[in-house]
Amino acid sequence: MAQKRVLMKGNEVIAEAAIRAGCRNYFGYPITPQTEVMHYMAKKMVQVGGNFVQAESEVAAINMVYGAATAGFRTMTSSSSPGISLKQEGISYIAGAELPAVVVNIVRAGPGLGGIQPAQGDYFQATKGGGHGDYRNIVIAPASVQELYELVVEAFNLADKYRMTCMILGDGTLGQMMEPVAFRDEEPIETIEKPWAANGRKGDSFHHTVTSIYIDPDVLERKNLELQEKYQIVEANEVRYEAINMEDAEIVITAFSTCSRICRNVIRQAAELGIKVGMIRPITLWPFPYKAIEEAANMSSVKAFLDVELNAGQMIEDVKLAVSGKKPVYFHGRLGGNLPMQKEILDKIVAIHEGKNIEGGNF
Amino acid sequence: MAVVFEPTKGLTDKPFHYCPGCCHGIIHRLLAETLVEQDALETAVGVASVGCTYNSYEYFACDMVQAAHGRAPAVATGIKRNLKDSFVFTYQGDGDLASIGTAEIVHAAARGEKITVIFVNNAVYGMTSGQMAPTTLVGQVTTTSPWGRDPQRQGYPINVSEFLSSLTGAAYIERVAVTDYKNIQNAKKAIKKAFDVQKNGLGFSLVEVLSTCPTNWGKEPLAAMDWLKENMEKQYPLGCYKGQDLVFDENGNYVSGAIPATSGNFVNVGEVK
Amino acid sequence: MIDFSIIFAGFGGQGILSAGKMAAEAALYEGREVSWFPSYGPEMRGGTANCSVVISDSPIGSPVVNDADVVICLNQPSMEKFESQLKPGALMILDSSLIKTRPTRTDIKVIAMEASDIASELGKMMFAPITMIGCMATATGCLSRESFEKSLYEILPERKHNLIPKNMEAFDRGAAFAQ
Repeated sequence: MAQKRVLMKGNEVIAEAAIRAGCRNYFGYPITPQTEVMHYMAKKMVQVGGNFVQAESEVAAINMVYGAATAGFRTMTSSSSPGISLKQEGISYIAGAELPAVVVNIVRAGPGLGGIQPAQGDYFQATKGGGHGDYRNIVIAPASVQELYELVVEAFNLADKYRMTCMILGDGTLGQMMEPVAFRDEEPIETIEKPWAANGRKGDSFHHTVTSIYIDPDVLERKNLELQEKYQIVEANEVRYEAINMEDAEIVITAFSTCSRICRNVIRQAAELGIKVGMIRPITLWPFPYKAIEEAANMSSVKAFLDVELNAGQMIEDVKLAVSGKKPVYFHGRLGGNLPMQKEILDKIVAIHEGKNIEGGNF
Repeated sequence: MAVVFEPTKGLTDKPFHYCPGCCHGIIHRLLAETLVEQDALETAVGVASVGCTYNSYEYFACDMVQAAHGRAPAVATGIKRNLKDSFVFTYQGDGDLASIGTAEIVHAAARGEKITVIFVNNAVYGMTSGQMAPTTLVGQVTTTSPWGRDPQRQGYPINVSEFLSSLTGAAYIERVAVTDYKNIQNAKKAIKKAFDVQKNGLGFSLVEVLSTCPTNWGKEPLAAMDWLKENMEKQYPLGCYKGQDLVFDENGNYVSGAIPATSGNFVNVGEVK
Repeated sequence: MIDFSIIFAGFGGQGILSAGKMAAEAALYEGREVSWFPSYGPEMRGGTANCSVVISDSPIGSPVVNDADVVICLNQPSMEKFESQLKPGALMILDSSLIKTRPTRTDIKVIAMEASDIASELGKMMFAPITMIGCMATATGCLSRESFEKSLYEILPERKHNLIPKNMEAFDRGAAFAQ
């Protein structure tokens, strides 16, 4: 049963959702624009008997997550772009040791210290690895506060199920905005046994070891192949996306999270001008909905794609892989923490519709 | 026939990979014996670090976790906060603890994290082949201080026990060596005391063990022991730096002595919102 | 109503962000979709503050507003900044106690009201944006007086319920400017 809707900030909903999902370990370090996650946790985690530690650094925080995960407990950390860069060491170790963890990145504009306004410049980092070695994280990009709640709960299930990092990729808009959210009376928590956990032998004839080091190349190769097999299972089973207005679409927008929200308005405005615009909104950025986009590229009504991002064009590489040259893929992006105006996107759609050469589309 | 000596159940059957004359073997055994004697083998969780002891997670018979370079105290924090009744320890070398992991060790101690750190100081990076460590002595030749550590260019050794003992959260810190029978017995006592400190929830505990590295020092094992006594003990005097007056009864229960909880300086500022 | 968008703008400390929240809560009380998005970062500590509120009967597209139906301005820089972010025919409500000039655009409606003067009569400067909500609700019909009042009873803790009549007085004083 859903409860009455309440108005809440995205960042606070992340924390509330995690606690509802049974997470009793939060380790973090302050950074704008995700700090409210930490404020909420500082108070609530103590009230529910969980662990809250303000770590000395992002590096320490992710390693505390590593520790809590090895002992078999649901755990998370949250940060924003520069902090997530620091956490990459730990995220790689978590991948190697096959531990379940949830990491939230409320992305801000980079590179370097960059700014604190919303951006999506961490797409490559999130979906293509981020740290060293051959590994993947499940990356989820919610677009509303309600979805943020549901997907954070789901992230803990996925992390446990696949023993890997599940990253929630938001941005300053999603973290800072308030929207109504209706919590469920009971969360769909999947309880997964963790016989591998290092929490004491407790009578077992062997000791549990959690490690990511395999000095023998043959052993490490085998280990890596196992990881790759696991990732293939995730790719086969966990792709999520939303197709909007795709029937008879002439132009297909690809956009995730905040950008997709702006594009929803544009779709409506384009319809008023008689242009049929659809959208494919990836919800999982890894695994990526290649197939859905490929199918859209095969639609006879579809003339072109327009990829809209808060970066210089990152997801567009995956979109192009899926479209595979069948239709042109144009781009519209904003940088530095600016959001695209609806009119900018609409103008580009009109230009594409009129067959104007917009050169693959820059800014 | 009377058993004079036997392997401890605190260690697995896996043969050590350590060089001849290295002190890790002795230190491992002391810690493993303590786990068995304190009936902690079934509940303890240890955290191995990076360096020569990267593989120690395979040697200790309790549950073991391998941590990234320098991060063992943070990993142990994540474990101990959840397993409050289990003995949680890290086993770290000088490069790991005193160089790349300085932030983690300082803050674990400052938080009074109820973990025990076995800090093995041999004044050199072992596994990566003998580079200068933060604890390398002035004048000591290493592969990255080939003319001897020059303070003008390479600064001075860090005395970890001394500086950590200035932190309120640290309940017990002692420096020991394993160079002879008497010292080995003292080291064992220190490890046992650290165990009791953790068991009673008194705060952070650390035992610094001076160790040899015959391979990278370029010395025979016995000569290395002599070199340690003559040189390292001057820079790193043995002794208890924090919690000297802590007393436990025969069951390991706290009896008396200064602990962090009684030495806090509290101010009352602000209203809970 | 689809994506009715409001910008609240002024100095930090004028109650801009909480006024936006109150409007959003009232819309939520009516069972509508709503979003509230604040300016954030260093500017929240002194300097300018603004937030966007979107009210809709269908799922909300962008929570970030750059073509507003209403802009509520409580200082001069906000008026200058947000004048360009109104749709043609949209409404700007400005606090004439603090803003001495008027927008140059001729394709928008402007209501100038002494919001801060009224607020100081009522005893608290934070009533200024509430008078302007009253004006907006009456002029556009985007919120009802009843839902604004009822939502206050829901969101405020009981010990603050005695403040609600004053809030409604502010709302009504503002509503008078919409006639």
